[in-house]
Amino acid sequence: MSLESLLLHHEIDQINARYAAALDERRFDDWPEFFVEDGHYIVQARENFDRGLPLALIALESRGMMKDRVYGITQTIYHGPYYTRHVISPAQVLAQDGDTVTAQSHYAVFRTKPGSVSEVYNVGRYIDTLLRVDGALKLQSRRCVYDTEMVLNSLIYPV
Amino acid sequence: MNAPQPLSRWPGEGSSRVPFWAYTDAQVYQRELDTLFYGKHWCYVGLAVEIPNVGDYRLTWVGERQVIMVRDRVAPKDRATDPGIRVVENRCAHRGARFCQSAMDGKVSNTRSFVCPYHQWTYKLNGDLAALPFKDGVKATGPEGDCVHGGMPADFDLKNHGLTKLRVAVLHGLVFATFSDDTEPLEDYLGPNVMPWLDRIFKRPEGSAPLTLLGYNRQRIPGNWKLMMENIKDPYHPGLLHTWFVTFGLWRADQKSRMVMDEHGRHAVMVSRRNDGGENKAVTEGVTSFKASMTVNDPRLLDVVPEPWWTISDPSDPGQTITPTVTMITLFPSLILQQQVNSLSTRHIVPRGNGEFDFVWTHFGFADDTPEMTQRRLRQANLFGPAGFVSADDGEVIEFSQDGFQQWASDGQDTGSTLCELGGTGTEMTEHMVTETLIRSMYAYWKKVMAV
Repeated sequence: MSLESLLLHHEIDQINARYAAALDERRFDDWPEFFVEDGHYIVQARENFDRGLPLALIALESRGMMKDRVYGITQTIYHGPYYTRHVISPAQVLAQDGDTVTAQSHYAVFRTKPGSVSEVYNVGRYIDTLLRVDGALKLQSRRCVYDTEMVLNSLIYPV
Repeated sequence: MNAPQPLSRWPGEGSSRVPFWAYTDAQVYQRELDTLFYGKHWCYVGLAVEIPNVGDYRLTWVGERQVIMVRDRVAPKDRATDPGIRVVENRCAHRGARFCQSAMDGKVSNTRSFVCPYHQWTYKLNGDLAALPFKDGVKATGPEGDCVHGGMPADFDLKNHGLTKLRVAVLHGLVFATFSDDTEPLEDYLGPNVMPWLDRIFKRPEGSAPLTLLGYNRQRIPGNWKLMMENIKDPYHPGLLHTWFVTFGLWRADQKSRMVMDEHGRHAVMVSRRNDGGENKAVTEGVTSFKASMTVNDPRLLDVVPEPWWTISDPSDPGQTITPTVTMITLFPSLILQQQVNSLSTRHIVPRGNGEFDFVWTHFGFADDTPEMTQRRLRQANLFGPAGFVSADDGEVIEFSQDGFQQWASDGQDTGSTLCELGGTGTEMTEHMVTETLIRSMYAYWKKVMAV
């Protein structure tokens, strides 16, 4: 692996580490900032993705929509509280074309409700397109394709 | 039906107080499976568009029994009368294995026949047993000359050993099945009050178009299955629990609404028309979920475009038209059919014990939708489903409800009940939504057929 490739992989891994920390520390306002202004965030069942069916669980098409989601999860969607814990695998760079990088990593999100055990909540992979803007990589698109055939009741916070 | 065990007895008259044991008692639940899901009721199993080609199948559920919905071969002469969809139980007639599996390879599951891997009993797509190994035994040569070892008894008849076949009815591409020979025809089962609201969506004045499958969302909700039926028969909560609905006027106590039921009170349609949102003091005062200053950063989430089929001749006021923006149709016991502005879906209730059910959302559109309309339906799907702005919290409050019922049942007395008396204790249809009449009506039917 070339040094350049090593640094690129490390850079994406660091983005994922910060991404996981922001969500698990409930700094939801920081979450849209990982994306470019017209970035897409999609959470989609693997069943739909593999079959080319377009429906997603969450499909946001701009940072504005992501802010609307954050408002929803913090102000309007009533739900039982829970912690999340993200574990994200090292990234695999799939392609690079100028300032655009496509990459994939695997993730597991655990859920812990008050007074209860930790559960495997959502398991899948991130399929990412990243764009270098002013020297830093931002997500043009993050598609979370999850294996989990049943959502454990509801999915409120981003994964 | 066995004589009722001395289960818990329904407390008092009427159906406005639903005892907690209706949600927590395992014996009551078993009777629900026998009477409602496996008895004289039509249960939703899927959409015909999910299995477009001969041999396509999908595993689905009637109650806790897994069934296979499959598209069979149909002779040309029968095509006018036979939609070709069969529903058979996924249980081998030999040793009872639930043998049929989904492909999980990114394709619609497809097969020429169903073969149980254990002993290779082979069934036609309609569930008939076609063949089995060693039926006529195995030829051998022994000291006495040629003979046959084993084989099935002489009176074994393939015809008597097929998969369990359910009766099937297909209405507007919705597939229903029943285990009972005595269930009335589907259109009679749904009744003349409900049918116009199904026709409205699927038999449009501009001509019906085939459906397109947009995809699935699935969730497992730790609550009794009836709580989801109640949730969609409850027009009281959306303008309170769901901030989006009240703030953007999608569903609010002051809008023009109608509560429709079949003659038994088991099926219902909540019909309503969106108003412009904003503040009407009479309905927003004291409603803490109303947020006067709330706006969306990206208005595409609420990009609603009326469709021609929304307007129909008013079924209860001939000569007048009616243009609802939302119809929530509950078809007892297992289907909720949603039109919320441009978002269309079926929601299938699959019970798993008295305290849990799976909820399967199948979103669809029409084959003649423009790409923009398809995009709109997909975008509005953000409001619904397990993560939806106005649906995720339904699953959450159902969990809270079940927790509360279980807690009450733990005292061993089991005397508590819910209270559903908004709009009185009656079971009539109404021209407004400030009522729990649909819930009372469902339980009036439930306690009758359950004999509790």
